[in-house]
Amino acid sequence: MKPFTTIYATAAPLRAENVDTDQIIPARYLTAVTRDGMGKGLFAAWRYLPDGRPNPEFVLNLPQYAHAEILISGKNFGSGSSREHAVWALTDYGFRAVIAPNFADIFYNNALKNGLLPIPLSESTVNMLMDMVEEDPSVRIRIDLPGQTVTLPDGQQYAFQIDPYRKQCLIQGLDDLGYLLANLDAIQAYERAWGK
Amino acid sequence: MTSTPKTLFEKVWEAHVVKQDEGAPAILYIDAHLIHEVTSPQAFNMLRERGLRVRRPDRTFATMDHAIPTRPEPPEKWPKDARLQVDTLRRNCEEFGVTLWDIEGPTQGIVHVVGPEMGITHPGSTIVCGDSHTSTHGAFGALAFGIGTSEVGHVLATQTLLQHKPKTFAINVEGELGPGVTAKDIILAIIAKNGVAGGRGYVFEYRGSAIQKLDMAGRMTICNMSIEGGARAGMIAPDETTFAWLKGRPYAPSGDAWDKAVAYWRTLATDEGAMFDKELTITADELVPMVTYGVNPGQGVPITGRVPTLDALEDPGQRRDLLAALEYMGLKEGQPMEGQPIDIVFIGSCTNSRIEDLRMAAQVVKGRKVADGVQALVVPGSKNVKAQAEAEGLDRIFMEAGFEWRNAGCSMCLAMNDDKAGPGQYVASTSNRNFRGRQGPGARTFLMSPLMAAAAAIHGRIIDVRDIL
Ligand code: SF4
Repeated sequence: MKPFTTIYATAAPLRAENVDTDQIIPARYLTAVTRDGMGKGLFAAWRYLPDGRPNPEFVLNLPQYAHAEILISGKNFGSGSSREHAVWALTDYGFRAVIAPNFADIFYNNALKNGLLPIPLSESTVNMLMDMVEEDPSVRIRIDLPGQTVTLPDGQQYAFQIDPYRKQCLIQGLDDLGYLLANLDAIQAYERAWGK
Repeated sequence: MTSTPKTLFEKVWEAHVVKQDEGAPAILYIDAHLIHEVTSPQAFNMLRERGLRVRRPDRTFATMDHAIPTRPEPPEKWPKDARLQVDTLRRNCEEFGVTLWDIEGPTQGIVHVVGPEMGITHPGSTIVCGDSHTSTHGAFGALAFGIGTSEVGHVLATQTLLQHKPKTFAINVEGELGPGVTAKDIILAIIAKNGVAGGRGYVFEYRGSAIQKLDMAGRMTICNMSIEGGARAGMIAPDETTFAWLKGRPYAPSGDAWDKAVAYWRTLATDEGAMFDKELTITADELVPMVTYGVNPGQGVPITGRVPTLDALEDPGQRRDLLAALEYMGLKEGQPMEGQPIDIVFIGSCTNSRIEDLRMAAQVVKGRKVADGVQALVVPGSKNVKAQAEAEGLDRIFMEAGFEWRNAGCSMCLAMNDDKAGPGQYVASTSNRNFRGRQGPGARTFLMSPLMAAAAAIHGRIIDVRDIL
């Protein structure tokens, strides 16, 4: 997993609530048996016209947002299926962080396991950020994970929550497996005690 | 000595915590791990990359459901991608010693239909699967939830997961359902009321007299859609209905072990006086058949109701959602749901493809014909359901009416195979998600019960099934 400490990047506004995993990546793109290349299915129904050409009106197709590494969206981002492909599609496309008022549980967990930082901020802050990057797409936002802050060019700063264990994993680029494997003794003891 | 009263969830959770370090999530033991062809290949690759084995193949069970076709076609004719996923799953199960309910065998089906059917789903157990509708198994008093593919790898390698303890949410459904009103209507009403994010961070416990009166199929329908209500898991306390349903199934305990298990299962119900973090009460007697009009499962109304108007909503976010839904669905604000034409009827999915669901639909369809121009399909949840339905003659009822009678699988629930609706087409569907494009690019979904979907097939439009029962 790619470690995450700080990024300083532009952001794309996706004005929608309850953006579900079928919007993030439709089922017909789930046919691969590896993680690679999922980015091409990202927001497929919005990004492409029925004939397969890019939809010129969709925000990610606007040249000013082409290099955005931060996605800003509405409430309950990532609701729906458990498909980790949704996270792989976002990271493969180039996103490092998603800012929204809140996230669906499974999506939030999947994101953290893949070095994609989900940042919950208040709805009013999120709306303000969307207005700001719509008005000036070149605005760069600093995300500091160790300090748990989002900083705007004018110095305005917003703190965000993340649990300490997850934060350490992200900063060090570690996944849960190492931790679980280090606890195999405890797992075996549990199995013996419970007759499993 | 009196101990603190506990909820069903707390009892199951506490019996599965292997360890919890300060500042870290709990290591939670998983009793049963279900896998399928779409969300497992990358997890097996991870095991290979790290030189790991499946730690407890005896607790891991695989089936094929999402990508496989439901038309009786030889594999040579399948799309290449589906064949690759199926072959990859076979290879992985063989290499790692995992039991596979293969499409060539007698027990294949949708993972959340087959698991309970085989008796894998035990009260008080923990169950996970790389699929969000794993919540279905909570109907037996199991703690069951969907996980991502990385976590599938963690469970394969260690039989455990790192989890934060969720909060508890009691949903009381009291009273008596009227004729023509089903478990599906209960859960659609709950989500319409509590919202698609209302359960975020919680585990639901469905309680009350109306829940106790439901059969296991109805309880599974309700727990299935906990995830649509924002909760990763939903549970129902096990009782005599649960035990009677499980007894004698292939993986259910037998002999003395059965009696011991039942004695333990009886202790799982929430104790008198236990506290929930949140509660909601619904009166079953007031419910009528529900139907969704929008693009998330919370956008639902009673069949006697209308699509909301913009002025009725105060929250700008909700208004934007409604506008987007109206545009996508091609509906007008304030229009009645009754009379809305449909093009396709899909009876199936892990929400409503059990034998009881098919019986309900058949009861409406019997002796009637599918309306002209409507494509209607029934996709049983498993090969066992299919065989049972055929033994009861339900297949003939459906086919004589003009329905297609398919093989078991997810089918048009998620449109991974060629069971898709076309752009702009309206689908009356017994599945669980009406997301944009869920049933095919541009397809428009109305979620409803099997009774309502069957009635829509006959009339070519959405009607109140109570009028024709
Ligand atoms: S039937 Fe639908 S919801 Fe159920 S497991 Fe299959 S795709 Fe998922």
